[in-house]
Amino acid sequence: MSEPTVRIRNLSREFDGVPVLTDLDLDVAPGEFVALIGASGSGKTTLLRIIGGVDKGATGDLQAPTERAIVFQSHRLLPWSRVWSNVALGLKGKDVRARADAALKEVGLEDHAEAYPKTLSGGQSQRVALARALIRHPQLLLLDEPFGALDALTRLKAQALVADLWAQHKPAVLLVTHDVDEALLLADRVVLLRDGRIAEEFVVDVPRPRINGTPALIELRHRLLTGLGVDLPTLENA
Amino acid sequence: MTITSPPPVQAHEPGSAIDDPARTTDSFRRPRSATRRRRRSGLATALRRSSGLIAVLVFWQIAASAGWLGTLLPTPLQVWNAAWELTSNGQLGENLAASVERVAKGLAIGLSAGLLLGLVAGLFRAAEDVIDPPLQALRMIPHLALVPVFIVWFGIGETSKVALILIGPLFPLYLNVLHGIRGVDGRLVEAATSFGLGRLEVIRRVILPGALPQIFVGLRQAIGVAWLTLVVAEMTAAPHGIGTLLSDARDALRMDIIFVLLILYALLGVATDLFVRLLEKRFLGWRQGFTGV
Repeated sequence: MSEPTVRIRNLSREFDGVPVLTDLDLDVAPGEFVALIGASGSGKTTLLRIIGGVDKGATGDLQAPTERAIVFQSHRLLPWSRVWSNVALGLKGKDVRARADAALKEVGLEDHAEAYPKTLSGGQSQRVALARALIRHPQLLLLDEPFGALDALTRLKAQALVADLWAQHKPAVLLVTHDVDEALLLADRVVLLRDGRIAEEFVVDVPRPRINGTPALIELRHRLLTGLGVDLPTLENA
Repeated sequence: MTITSPPPVQAHEPGSAIDDPARTTDSFRRPRSATRRRRRSGLATALRRSSGLIAVLVFWQIAASAGWLGTLLPTPLQVWNAAWELTSNGQLGENLAASVERVAKGLAIGLSAGLLLGLVAGLFRAAEDVIDPPLQALRMIPHLALVPVFIVWFGIGETSKVALILIGPLFPLYLNVLHGIRGVDGRLVEAATSFGLGRLEVIRRVILPGALPQIFVGLRQAIGVAWLTLVVAEMTAAPHGIGTLLSDARDALRMDIIFVLLILYALLGVATDLFVRLLEKRFLGWRQGFTGV
């Protein structure tokens, strides 16, 4: 088996003496799509920030590629830079404009290259953020609840777009979400975080494209929600 | 997160937006019809805005010539004539040039210093700890009270005047640059850093543009203070300048000339403020703030 893209051993992180992550182990294989799920405050965003290198306060062992890119919960586009310039943020070379345009085309926003972020809708802004991550050809793509603030319809489209882009570029993906359906729709493996540790793992061995509501996914959904502490009526009672 | 303002291209689109019910019912499009309404009635607005001023001028002319306001107030026509006299004999141009030169020198030094100190203090916490306390202490001294000190130090000539004019604008610009930088959204800095931007690039792409709106506020305040300081600086023994003309007019009891100069001060302030607002328009077009109802 090849070297994992992300390799974490005994990772711990505390804030002011309060442990958030405790002795956590996690591997992500090259090209693998992992969803990290957990209740609010379970430390999933903290884990993503540590892997993404923006939180440097953790102890333990972490190997992650330097070619990584984060899509944050809010788009975090620079309001004073045009869309293409946001996508090309930090890149150098003569062809950055062309590369930015190509990345925008992939997310269907090539017509908005010259616009300012304030003219974009929430869904469009998140797609620009996605283009800004993809233009870097990351080995590891970190998605921190990127669709959390979108309405249901826009979210479905954005999820389909992520599925497409992942299938094309095949980076390893770590998706932080609290949406069980989203995790099951997209991920190869769902990792459930509880009390700062990985409590359970679920391999989603369902062929793509997936549709929510198929029996295999419903069964996994129940197990996941039970793992998250949600008491559901059993199928017989429902 | 929604579109709160339409793309600029569409705002210039010809054709009726108001008559189209599909557009007026869409609350997102409201800003567009508001802009249109404002543009359409530009002439009416101009008339409405100047009507108060015209009324004041007419009343002033009638009241002053009838003697209702005492004998020491010139009429607008007398002020106009005095302005013409000062312009045609070249006095105004000569003195105005001297004043503008003083303000330009003072601003050039004062604004550069304020900007530099604000940048250093804003970007480096250690520098702020060193720079900020003494500057805050100095800021509390009314800088106009420094006139006697500067005359003793720099003599009665140009140096003391320029020194006084440079001190005033320094503080408002410094404060606004510092707070502008501190007000930049830390999450944007974090995002930029996560994409591998170095420190200088983060400053150029994130921190400076983010601080710019506040820097412009400081610039407008600073320029206002510079003109104010000029008045005081020139009232103490300057060979040329608007302030010199003002004290000469006072000694000669030429109220008409005094009024010309008061209006000139106002116009100079308005002109420089307008210039900064043009810069704001050019550089802050990306803003998405509340623009008023």
